[in-house]
Amino acid sequence: MAIRERLSGNEAVAYAIKQINPDVMPAFPITPSTEIPQYVANYIANGEIDTEFIHVESEHSAMSATVGASAAGARAVTATSSCGMALMWEELYVAASNRLPIVLALVNRALSGPININADHSDSMGARDSGWIQIYAESNQEVYDNYIQAFPIAENKNVHLPVMVCQDGFITSHGVENIMLIEDDKVKAFVGEYEPEHYLLNADERIAVGPYAVSNYYMETKRGQREAMLNAREVILEVAEKFEKMTGRKYGFFEEYRMEDAEYAVVIIGSAAGTCKAAIEHIRSTTGKKVGLIKIRVFRPFPEEEIARALANVKAVAIMDRSEMFAGTSGPLGAEVRAAMYQAHAKAEVVNYFYGLGGRDITVSDFERVYENLEKMAETHTAIGMYDYIGLRQ
Amino acid sequence: MEQVWEKAYDFKKVLSKPERLAGGHRMCAGCGGTVTVRTVLRALEEGDRAVIGNATGCLEVSSFMYPYTAYEDSYIHNAFENAGATLSGVETAYNVLKKKGKIKENFKFITFGGDGGTYDIGFQSLSGAMERGHDMVYVCYDNGAYMNTGTQRSSATPQYADTTTTPAGKVSAGKVQVRKDLAAIIAEHHVPYVGQSTFTANFKDLYTKAQKAIYTPGPAFLNVMSPCPRGWGYEPSEMMNICKLAIDTCYWTMFEVIDGKWVLNYEPKNKLPIEDFLRPQRRFNHLFKKENEELISLFQAEVDKRWEELRNRCE
Amino acid sequence: MAIHDRINEKSPWTDITEGNKIYEAATSRDFCTGEWRTSTPIWDDEKCRQCLLCAPVCPDSSIPVRKGERMDFDYMHCKGCGICAKVCPFGAIYMREGKNEKIF
Repeated sequence: MAIRERLSGNEAVAYAIKQINPDVMPAFPITPSTEIPQYVANYIANGEIDTEFIHVESEHSAMSATVGASAAGARAVTATSSCGMALMWEELYVAASNRLPIVLALVNRALSGPININADHSDSMGARDSGWIQIYAESNQEVYDNYIQAFPIAENKNVHLPVMVCQDGFITSHGVENIMLIEDDKVKAFVGEYEPEHYLLNADERIAVGPYAVSNYYMETKRGQREAMLNAREVILEVAEKFEKMTGRKYGFFEEYRMEDAEYAVVIIGSAAGTCKAAIEHIRSTTGKKVGLIKIRVFRPFPEEEIARALANVKAVAIMDRSEMFAGTSGPLGAEVRAAMYQAHAKAEVVNYFYGLGGRDITVSDFERVYENLEKMAETHTAIGMYDYIGLRQ
Repeated sequence: MEQVWEKAYDFKKVLSKPERLAGGHRMCAGCGGTVTVRTVLRALEEGDRAVIGNATGCLEVSSFMYPYTAYEDSYIHNAFENAGATLSGVETAYNVLKKKGKIKENFKFITFGGDGGTYDIGFQSLSGAMERGHDMVYVCYDNGAYMNTGTQRSSATPQYADTTTTPAGKVSAGKVQVRKDLAAIIAEHHVPYVGQSTFTANFKDLYTKAQKAIYTPGPAFLNVMSPCPRGWGYEPSEMMNICKLAIDTCYWTMFEVIDGKWVLNYEPKNKLPIEDFLRPQRRFNHLFKKENEELISLFQAEVDKRWEELRNRCE
Repeated sequence: MAIHDRINEKSPWTDITEGNKIYEAATSRDFCTGEWRTSTPIWDDEKCRQCLLCAPVCPDSSIPVRKGERMDFDYMHCKGCGICAKVCPFGAIYMREGKNEKIF
């Protein structure tokens, strides 16, 4: 029987770590992810797991030691947020290009400056080109489920890529919600024993990791990483299917909410999807207008064709970015979703909004206004407030 | 139990051990760095496996240039500033996998970094690894500048050295500051073993220190002056003479710190004037101009001061 | 088979090892750095007293020692730096101009 609990997102990740019992966890405190290593340290202190914790002196060293441990043949994990991940930046690339199946619990938080501890996606969106698989969550349940699924995805021999399991700082990480936990033995069986093929501590071979490679090799290496990312698409869906059989909870590249007949759609990532769903229910029940939502779960690899297909029949779309990229135009999600739609010759009007930067609230009525704008856009065939902000004091 | 370093140093036997750094790497002709690596790795007992770490630098880009690795052991390079942290991850993985019965062999962990990667950009990572007590050896092959990028000044560069970022010029006499004393700083981490060495004719000093560093449980640090003919500006064939002058002038000191106890390993019978070490090197040419005479005496005063400090520590 | 017969600058991307890892030791032995030499050390085994002072100073591991005795130079890897000739107390190593073509 599944276990009914009430946990925060950080507790849910820590609990999954306890169930998986990874070999090595180097980590460094940073708000709002600090609780994850704290909980793990407690499990270790009480003999509940035999994970070795490395008390590194920085996040750069956290990811460096995670890379070392993973290359050595250990199942290695870490957790961080915001500036902590920014300090890891170089190592994110190393982990991915060395093809190490590391799992990073990222609690999304705005990047400095000014220093701000609240949720936005500037940390992970900045790392979108680092070669990591990125999986996002709306709720505690999804964080927990994504975290468990991350291991069989990362460790699949056709993938061998690190996975970033993202949740929104404080909103998800500290908000306590009902959650269904999976029994320990089922989690262990689902994740399986880690059996690397090539590793530094292998008795049967000597290996060398991390060469200098001249331009004659670099481009081919990057092509190999691309292939792994392409392979990850299939593996992510296979793992989700297996997970659904175990739990009944269904996952894909994204969730389509009331999209079956939707004329106006929002595309969003993370916890604000819950607020948007409330708006959809309210609009549909009061006006009958056909509004829907696409909530991106997997941002890397980017499900381009699938998103375009899901938006094929809508009249107008609002793509919601929780981070700037200072192009003076789109945010990262806006740019990629629009590129996908262009490629598919989509007819819909598109608008790109920035919202929730540095933890700024977004409300049900904000989403209602978004849908009103979409309706106007569909009538006039002009974008209203392209690249506008939601909740900005004007 | 007799420790490996307590066995008599049998030079011929030691040199007959299998080579653990293969030829075919791309370090410059006459490089001191690989002499350090060969000697340290020779100190491994023959049956022992090892994982070799490496900070980015000359050694890394030359000794593992895809697809050519020069190492007989498993090897990992990660980045410039994190050789300490990377190897601490490897060592921790070993401990847990051993505990879980997944590994049977004995492994030792040795990482190499140049002075740029060790004194400067990798300093924090090194300090963290030493403080946490990993059973590993960090070896700095100290050639006194960022040689891989073309001889830029580091905190290990001697005062007055002409480097590409502290060039001697009309109003400059080279590097302004004196060297950081990294071995002393690491000793202050209260690690069980710190050794400072360079090359001597039979390599007993460096070899024995490497044995102690590798086989003393816990973190150990070796600082090895490793001459760089290109960066220092001397004839490559002169390496051993340069080393001899470095220790006979007391520019470079040979000591170890064993569980906090300082031991002096070499005291020249006739301490030579510092000019003897400076003169054969292009990086100090400008000091021999008439107007810079005073700088040589200032250099001498610094050497003398540090030598006295060291002798006092070792009493 | 030498490493560059399997992985080289003409290899398609599918032949490049995952994460650029190399699954064997000391593949650099297959790479010739002897071509770099501008002068070549010559060992006179009659003058040599097998003191071995030359062996540890070699930056290129090119003076092999077997059972307490040095062998001839590994000319495939020796870069001709001349450190060994300088440390020999018996004049048993001298430097000859050129890379000594007969070796290649």
